[in-house]
Amino acid sequence: MSVTVEVSNLVKQFDGGHVRAIDDVSLAIEEGEYLVLLGPSGCGKTTLLRTIAGLEQPTSGDVLIAGSVVNGLPPRVRKVAMVFQSYALYPHKTVLANIVFPLKPEKLPKQEREAKARWAAELLGIDNLLDRKPRQLSGGERQRVALARALVRAPHVFLLDEPLSNLDAKLRASARDELKQFQQRVGTTTVYVTHDQAEAMGLGDRIAVMDHGKLRQLGPPVEVYDDPADTFVATFIGSPPMNLIPRDGTLVGFRPEHLLPVEHVVGERVDASFHVDRIEYLSGDRHVYGTVSGIGKDTRVIARLPATVTDSVTPGESHAFGVSVTRLRFFDAESGLRSEPIQVNAEHG
Amino acid sequence: MAETLTETPPRQKLDGARQRLSDRDGFLAWIFLVPTVVYIVVLVAIPFFLAIAFAFSDVTSGNPSYDWVGLENFYRVFDDAVFWQALRNTFVFTVISMLLIVVLGKVLAMVLVADFKGKWIVRFLVLLPWTTPVALSSVTWLWLLHSIYSPIDWVLRNVGLIEENSYFLGRPALAMGSIIAVHVWRLVPLAAVIMMVGILSIPDDITEASRIDGAGFWRRMFEVTIPLTFPLIAVAALFGAIFTFTDMAVVYVLTGGGPTNSTHVLASWSFVRGIGGGDIGQGAVIALFLFPLLLAAAILILRAVRKMETI
Amino acid sequence: MAAPVATDAPSAAETARLRRRYAMRGVLSRVSLYLVAILAALLCAGPFVWSTLTATKLNADLYNPQHNPFLYNKPPTADHVMFLFTDTAFATFAWNTLWVGLLVVLITLVLGVPAAYSIARLNRPWSTPMGIGIFFVYLVPPSLLFLSLSRVVVWSGLQDSTWSLVLIYPTITVPVSTWLLIGFLKALPRDIEEQAMVDGYSRLGAVLRTVLPLLFPGVVAVVVFAFTLTASEFIYALTFISPTSEKVVSTGVPTELIRGDVFFWQSLQAANILIAVPIAFVFNLFLARFISGFTMGAVKG
Repeated sequence: MSVTVEVSNLVKQFDGGHVRAIDDVSLAIEEGEYLVLLGPSGCGKTTLLRTIAGLEQPTSGDVLIAGSVVNGLPPRVRKVAMVFQSYALYPHKTVLANIVFPLKPEKLPKQEREAKARWAAELLGIDNLLDRKPRQLSGGERQRVALARALVRAPHVFLLDEPLSNLDAKLRASARDELKQFQQRVGTTTVYVTHDQAEAMGLGDRIAVMDHGKLRQLGPPVEVYDDPADTFVATFIGSPPMNLIPRDGTLVGFRPEHLLPVEHVVGERVDASFHVDRIEYLSGDRHVYGTVSGIGKDTRVIARLPATVTDSVTPGESHAFGVSVTRLRFFDAESGLRSEPIQVNAEHG
Repeated sequence: MAETLTETPPRQKLDGARQRLSDRDGFLAWIFLVPTVVYIVVLVAIPFFLAIAFAFSDVTSGNPSYDWVGLENFYRVFDDAVFWQALRNTFVFTVISMLLIVVLGKVLAMVLVADFKGKWIVRFLVLLPWTTPVALSSVTWLWLLHSIYSPIDWVLRNVGLIEENSYFLGRPALAMGSIIAVHVWRLVPLAAVIMMVGILSIPDDITEASRIDGAGFWRRMFEVTIPLTFPLIAVAALFGAIFTFTDMAVVYVLTGGGPTNSTHVLASWSFVRGIGGGDIGQGAVIALFLFPLLLAAAILILRAVRKMETI
Repeated sequence: MAAPVATDAPSAAETARLRRRYAMRGVLSRVSLYLVAILAALLCAGPFVWSTLTATKLNADLYNPQHNPFLYNKPPTADHVMFLFTDTAFATFAWNTLWVGLLVVLITLVLGVPAAYSIARLNRPWSTPMGIGIFFVYLVPPSLLFLSLSRVVVWSGLQDSTWSLVLIYPTITVPVSTWLLIGFLKALPRDIEEQAMVDGYSRLGAVLRTVLPLLFPGVVAVVVFAFTLTASEFIYALTFISPTSEKVVSTGVPTELIRGDVFFWQSLQAANILIAVPIAFVFNLFLARFISGFTMGAVKG
């Protein structure tokens, strides 16, 4: 039983209009959906989250929760749960007191409150930590306490603000998995803010890519990855990012994994000469750095050869590479937006 | 959507939710501030303007009716050599005290943050001068500097440095020195505590990085600790300066302005004139003289702090 | 190929010499730390040691310039300490100082904490000018106001009553304390109170339940600061109050024990010790708590 969250034509200005943190953003989050707000720091994603929570009031536009406009309502009555980047556990309270805390304003009997808190703690496997203080917990445990506290009030929507960024890299992968499983079990609509595209790709049902307060693209991870709406999305998502090659006022783009030795390209392809500088081995894949010529202007690009491609590639030499025509994306060099395909010298492989 | 937990409690609807006064930042901001503002306006701002009004009046403690006398009080105050002496003393007193307080406070702060045995007792002893009511500790100093029974004189005599007692409080220069010494003694612990907070709030990694970079004690002190704690040192200095500038307790108890009015500061001279002599108009003129000087000093230091903070 | 950077690796003998030198330096810095600490303690507490010694001396011992003043030349006595309680209103003075101090601290917190929160957190356009305004109020010292405040006290009918001090002392403590608390509040992470607001509390509820407990070190600092300022205050106490039974220690002890030219030196010193030691003791406990709060990161967040 979750509800939808919607923002329409939302604008948020700071400093009397000098900074437009959110610039006319409209998006609807469906029931039970896991929506990730992705963008570089300062793109307005956290402000958007805080506006949904009620911690900021919009300059113009509306925030709707469960179909009703909640502009002007304090966070208290919006029935949302938020997990801050720092987890914001109350340092002076025990884990149990932290989890019970959101239930107190609901005026439930004490026993019922504790029962609910224990239920939430059990769900997250922290029922053995209830008497500890936050500073005695590890990063992963803190996240779980924060989630239990978010869960206990049965909120309409979870708002998560980069909850993984304080964890070390090793813990992050397992915590990410835990978060996803958790949301699948409780089925609550979730808005998740991150600057880490790997998290976004892994967690989101849909991804909303933001930059400079504007919504650049909204779609499922595959779509955002395969069909980026503009060069910002194309280069922000993907690691290494999409290669962009200028040609007659257009940018020809392709993902590094699609630049392969000619014999591995299936179907119609564009041939290019790839002068290799340097090779990196990364968990089985080879990242090949070099200059490509023949598609457009000579440009430094990166190719990612999967472990299944065993052709020898030598630094300092040129090799015959190619890209499948279906993998090419075209952007307007001026605006950066997607444009009509242009003719690139294609050959059959 | 995946399976939903059956235990999930039912949700309330948003309908009927409304904003209470305790939610409204604008309202809270006012209600939180109003009592303080009212209190300050009534008991600081009004008396302040009253003091200005007194300066132009002939109000005395015997005859409180208000009559405008223009600049009469100013002429009388400026004609008095004691006023100019007090003004000079106030500056000497403030500048020398502040320099000593900042330097000694810094040294003491370094000691207090260090780790050593018996730290607790040292901290207790060091706090004494500051926590003791100044009138009482000044009386103790009065006894320490006594013309006949001063133990300091006794030591100096027995070492053979002096023949006669020093009469610390009986000679103008020595008396002023004594006042400064007592004042410094009293305020160094406070300065040390404030600076200690500053030192403690420097992140460890910065200190450690500078150690690894090969900075010795003195370079660390002048290139890391002092620049990073400068805003706090400035604040401590500012508080101390205002305190010193306007303080009269030490002067009043130790010398009473004597010998022959040579050690008065503006505050004590204003008190002697305004309350002791009952000439409220003159007292107000002398006291008001403090304000523009304080304002200038405060603005200078606040500017310096802001400059440091933006870097 | 760049040439390898030349590093002169120290020889074994050189390293040993350096190690000796730094071991030496370590010892020296320890020794000088202890020396400075002892010197500081002596300079700060010396007058109080002197007080104790004086307070317990017989007149015949004290008032003889030939006697070594650092020794008991006659047996010590407690008479002059008892004199404080039997022949002066010392106990009344101490009690007055205590309750005035506690009330003033209370008023200071009640006025200062909300005001500081309003300025530090509620982001009104007038927050910054108001903060600076409160700071400038601190620049208006007692020595500037006592003349007009003495008239205010007369008008309010509190003349010669200890309550006049309760009314007036917050003018000294509130601006400083508000200013201090603004600093402490700015160092507290905002997340915590915002979390409480999302968790179903109003702004006021969040302040009461999360900000106040975390502000504890700041409150301690204010308590110590305000109480010390109040107990030390001299000008107002001297100006407003003349009856003995209404005086505080700052004015009561000097006026009662200095009668004209006659100084009751031993009793004066005893009063000093009896007041100084308890205050310093309690505040040292506070300070330890305050510092541990700091090092545990309660303030740094």
